[in-house]
Amino acid sequence: MPNIVFSVIARDLKLAMRRQADIVSALFFFVIVVSLFPLGIGPEVDLLRQLAPGILWVAALLATMLSLPRLFADDYRDGTLEQLALAPHPLGLVVTGKVIAHWLVSGLPLALITPVLGIQFDLSTDALLVLTGAILIGTPALSGIGAIGAALTLGLRGGGILLSLLVLPLYIPVLIFGAGAVDATVSGLGGEGHLSLLAAMTIAAIGFAPWASAAALKIALE
Amino acid sequence: MLEADNLECVRGERRLFSGLGFKLDAGELLYLQGRNGAGKTSLLRMLIGLLPPESGEIRWHGKPIRRQADDYHAALCYLGHLNAIKEELTPLENLLAAARLAGEDLSVDDAIDALEQVGLAGREDLACKYLSQGQKRRVALARLVIDRRPLWILDEPFVALDVSAVDWLAGIISGHLQRGGMAVMTTHQLVAIPAGTVRELRIG
Repeated sequence: MPNIVFSVIARDLKLAMRRQADIVSALFFFVIVVSLFPLGIGPEVDLLRQLAPGILWVAALLATMLSLPRLFADDYRDGTLEQLALAPHPLGLVVTGKVIAHWLVSGLPLALITPVLGIQFDLSTDALLVLTGAILIGTPALSGIGAIGAALTLGLRGGGILLSLLVLPLYIPVLIFGAGAVDATVSGLGGEGHLSLLAAMTIAAIGFAPWASAAALKIALE
Repeated sequence: MLEADNLECVRGERRLFSGLGFKLDAGELLYLQGRNGAGKTSLLRMLIGLLPPESGEIRWHGKPIRRQADDYHAALCYLGHLNAIKEELTPLENLLAAARLAGEDLSVDDAIDALEQVGLAGREDLACKYLSQGQKRRVALARLVIDRRPLWILDEPFVALDVSAVDWLAGIISGHLQRGGMAVMTTHQLVAIPAGTVRELRIG
């Protein structure tokens, strides 16, 4: 049965490779938004260090949002989504594959570039490591929760705005614990607790969100 | 055996049809007819299980389809208005991906064979966005060449095809019926299907 998950991941990755502009534009959006803050705030190292986790996380949320509307929209428009819904497997598994593929092309690149961007904020090595780890662990939850929003707004005119209104409030816990992990590390409390909670959110999101999305997709396909 | 019993379809505020029923046995073809907006596509979407009927029941081998969704979908091949092909992928990749998602094993040789049959020889490795409408439709139809699932549900399969392709497709459907398959399709141009029992159902 998990075969279907791998088939969907392989297909979505191949499609993403054929239009790399999508991946690159979300990544550049992240880089530019994060880089604007040091320029705007000025060279006050202490202030920058304090703001860094929040800024990187908010930018990561927005960059993830950018790629969400297309998660199901392309498949919906060309009829592939119907065929996926008619595959002899639960639709939830198909969506699980799509969510994992979405993370691989949107969340993972953000995590990989975070250490480089963190240098602009004069973060210590420990803080950089925790921040990168937090983004690595937390972004799958963003893809999972976002999939619910993308499924609910599928086929709506102006669905992109509605999607942000639906999904961004749901991202708040991830934002709080993601940014909190770095603060806790810097203040010497240790960020393990925050990271564990982030991991728990990711597991819950990857486990449950695809099934909620599948239910929403079935309504969209009626 | 596919049975529909007392189906009712309501879209928005309008009731499109009610009390509709039919029975389809192995080797039989059901032609759905009706004017535009009569509910042909809605009926097909009920038959594939994407649109729950307002009332009534659809049974596959005596069991309601919504209680055996995975088994039913494994026996079902649906070709809709939309081609369900990816513009970025080549015809060959599209065909292989569609087969894999439907849970079938399809070898590259068989896939190339099927594409040759639909007249796309030499274009296997060209991204679908460079193909014409008719050629894209042929990529979608190539799925039927290799499909051995017993129930085909086809929404306007002859649209955008030239005369020779219409004959070819009629032959493919006949072959399917001869193998004991079943087919339900909507069409505005009545095409003679040489084999199997053809039945007609008029909606609206």
